[in-house]
Amino acid sequence: MAFESHAKIERNVTILAVLTLVVVMIGGLVQLVPLFFLENTIEKVEGVRPYTPLELAGRNIYIREGCYTCHSQMIRPFRDEAERFGHYSLAAESMYDHPFQWGSKRTGPDLARVGNRYSDEWHAQHLVNPRDVVPESIMPAYPFLKERLLDTTDIAGHLKANRTVGVPYSDEQVKNALADMQAQAVSDGDPTDLQRRYPKAQVRDFDGDPTRLTEMDALIAYLQMLGTLVDLDAYVPEQNRR
Amino acid sequence: MTSFLQAGAYLLFGILSLFMIATATSAGFAIHGVIILIACILAVVTTVGRLQPSPNGGWIVPDTANGGYHDGVIKAGVIATVFWGVVGLLVGVVIAAQLTFPTLGWGIEYLSFGRLRPVHTSAVIFAFGGNALLATSFWVVQRTCRAQLWAPGLAWFVFWGYQLFIVLAASGYVLGITQSKEYAEPEWYVDLWLTIVWVAYLAVYVGTIVKRREPHIYVANWFYLAFIITIAMLHVVNNLAVPVGFGPKSYGVWAGVQDALTQWWYGHNAVGFFLTAGFLGMMYYFVPKQAGKPVYSYRLSIVHFWSLIFLYIWAGPHHLHYTALPDWAQFLGMTFSIMLWMPSWGGMINGLMTLEGAWDKIRTDPIIRMQVAALAFYGMSTFEGPMMSIRSVNGLSHYTDWTIGHVHSGALGWVGMISFSSMYFLAPRVFGVARLYSLRMINWHFWMAMGGITLYTASMWVAGIMQGLMWREFNAEGYLVYSFAEVTAAMHPYYLIRLAGGVIYLGGALMMVWNIWMTAKGRVRDEAPLDAGTPHNPHTDRPLVPVGAAQPAE
Repeated sequence: MAFESHAKIERNVTILAVLTLVVVMIGGLVQLVPLFFLENTIEKVEGVRPYTPLELAGRNIYIREGCYTCHSQMIRPFRDEAERFGHYSLAAESMYDHPFQWGSKRTGPDLARVGNRYSDEWHAQHLVNPRDVVPESIMPAYPFLKERLLDTTDIAGHLKANRTVGVPYSDEQVKNALADMQAQAVSDGDPTDLQRRYPKAQVRDFDGDPTRLTEMDALIAYLQMLGTLVDLDAYVPEQNRR
Repeated sequence: MTSFLQAGAYLLFGILSLFMIATATSAGFAIHGVIILIACILAVVTTVGRLQPSPNGGWIVPDTANGGYHDGVIKAGVIATVFWGVVGLLVGVVIAAQLTFPTLGWGIEYLSFGRLRPVHTSAVIFAFGGNALLATSFWVVQRTCRAQLWAPGLAWFVFWGYQLFIVLAASGYVLGITQSKEYAEPEWYVDLWLTIVWVAYLAVYVGTIVKRREPHIYVANWFYLAFIITIAMLHVVNNLAVPVGFGPKSYGVWAGVQDALTQWWYGHNAVGFFLTAGFLGMMYYFVPKQAGKPVYSYRLSIVHFWSLIFLYIWAGPHHLHYTALPDWAQFLGMTFSIMLWMPSWGGMINGLMTLEGAWDKIRTDPIIRMQVAALAFYGMSTFEGPMMSIRSVNGLSHYTDWTIGHVHSGALGWVGMISFSSMYFLAPRVFGVARLYSLRMINWHFWMAMGGITLYTASMWVAGIMQGLMWREFNAEGYLVYSFAEVTAAMHPYYLIRLAGGVIYLGGALMMVWNIWMTAKGRVRDEAPLDAGTPHNPHTDRPLVPVGAAQPAE
């Protein structure tokens, strides 16, 4: 019987360990490797761009606070989800997300297309105390975001680290990282350069206090851009196939 | 000599931690530097402090095992398992309370659900589960190889290094240091530290198998070995990242859809290899030992092992149904998830049938009873899992609390029960006492755990399915019937029941703390033995005759 030959394996730890490693590698290799080459997982869609420095800082606050534990950013192609949250999510929309924020649980609603759905004031009030604007909400309150100045240390370093892992930040974007961060929320200077570097970037004071750059500014800037980059009316799935 | 080299290495890490503290731009990174510095100082002191002058000159490490098995590190593992188990369950109760009463958090950043939830998941999976695996694997590998641990000093390094990993990970989440990849939240430097510890773990484990006195490697060790090897592979690939300067923040090398599948390849196999293969290793040793019976089928063990480890690794994509992941990958993940049902039940059958001829022990031995319940929950959740991986079912269940219910029937039922029973098995042995403090308290623990799981899973099943159906309900005019907030409000009573279930389960675990504490002190509770039943008295076992009535004719 074939089972007797198993004695060879279970008498030699090297064979056992190597066979085990080979057996557990197969599935992952078959499923993961093609994703780096297939057209619909590496397609580029018009409008998708790297995050502005302020949006990136806001995204890091989103990650720090564990927002992904309750909010997904992945709309599935169902009628109710289209109605409630908008067009289904495209792979390309998270192509610069290190790491991805698709989430796995909707204790709160999906946020993939939350940008421009509510006013900045609504977001600020909601984050300070969610139950002031949504009485049924079970979200924690984040009053400290409004009080805390945004940490701007080495924001260029953040862009560079992103570039190392494949996000196409230009030298110009890296060089102007700090200035762009300030310009998006607090200064009343000319936003043309920022918007040339980052098309569709929303430039305004987000937290209701134009004198300070707070964590609230960054987080709202991030939330307000989610899902706003791609013109989905113009999106044709077949068009990007290469 | 090696001890001095070790102390030197710890000193080096100490200097590195000073550098961390000096250059830190965030309080969290500085606090981590201080924690590492304290750990390094303690490591240097103990490494040098345990040395004794050798009669031949120089210094030696005394053999604390006196030629027997190295059980000191296992004793520490039992204590750590019980401790982290309570911590993990307690944080779980806290966050369950926060979902029921959202103002419990008071707007304090360190107490918000988003930061505490990873503390809960990591504490139960990696701290409680991980320590249970460390302790039992070191016990099992020595007994089944009939050999002392290879490099017992390194085993102690693995134990304490792992505790440092847990402390850095959990304190990091509270301080806001996280990668946001579920069950892989620790940042790059904590990941690197775990890699060092894990390689040492593999070395101790394989080293002990190599010096075994038995010709065959026992089946429990196959599962432990597969767990250690696969977790190493998953951990390294999923956590590849580029840090920002010398600070806590990093950006992972994978992005978007590739990152999503890498993460769930990791995430599902953290379940498959950490919470399943490792604990099956536990099952294959402790169930036969406690039952006093050999494993039911050797052939089934072989089929079970190879098919389980081969199929599990493909199941990750079922976490990404209907997402931007390509359909072929989703269907592949679904198909393998359904196939996985078979080896899972093969393992359950192998465990349960080991009790053939000893089924009466379920009535008399509360440890066996826990093991059987664990296997029953293993069977239930490995049926439910494949069912939920079917795309049309997943369309309803995904994103809802049904998933949470499923996870907890596996975690509280399978992982919890099999770990508790193994701790009850180990406690009298590692503390060197004749028996446990109380068997009746295990019985209480068992029933509280069962009650807690029932409330927890039943409420989450009902709530999850309700939630999924409410989200997708349209009225005759073609509009959505419920707003998202209305569905959230409808969850409240179920969250309350879940909280009650969690509290009861935690209560059971506290009985275990007391029981093992008293066992360690060598106490024995004065209690009626469990297996005595009601003694038979032939004098009372006869028809009642009224006093003064005439005796029937003989």
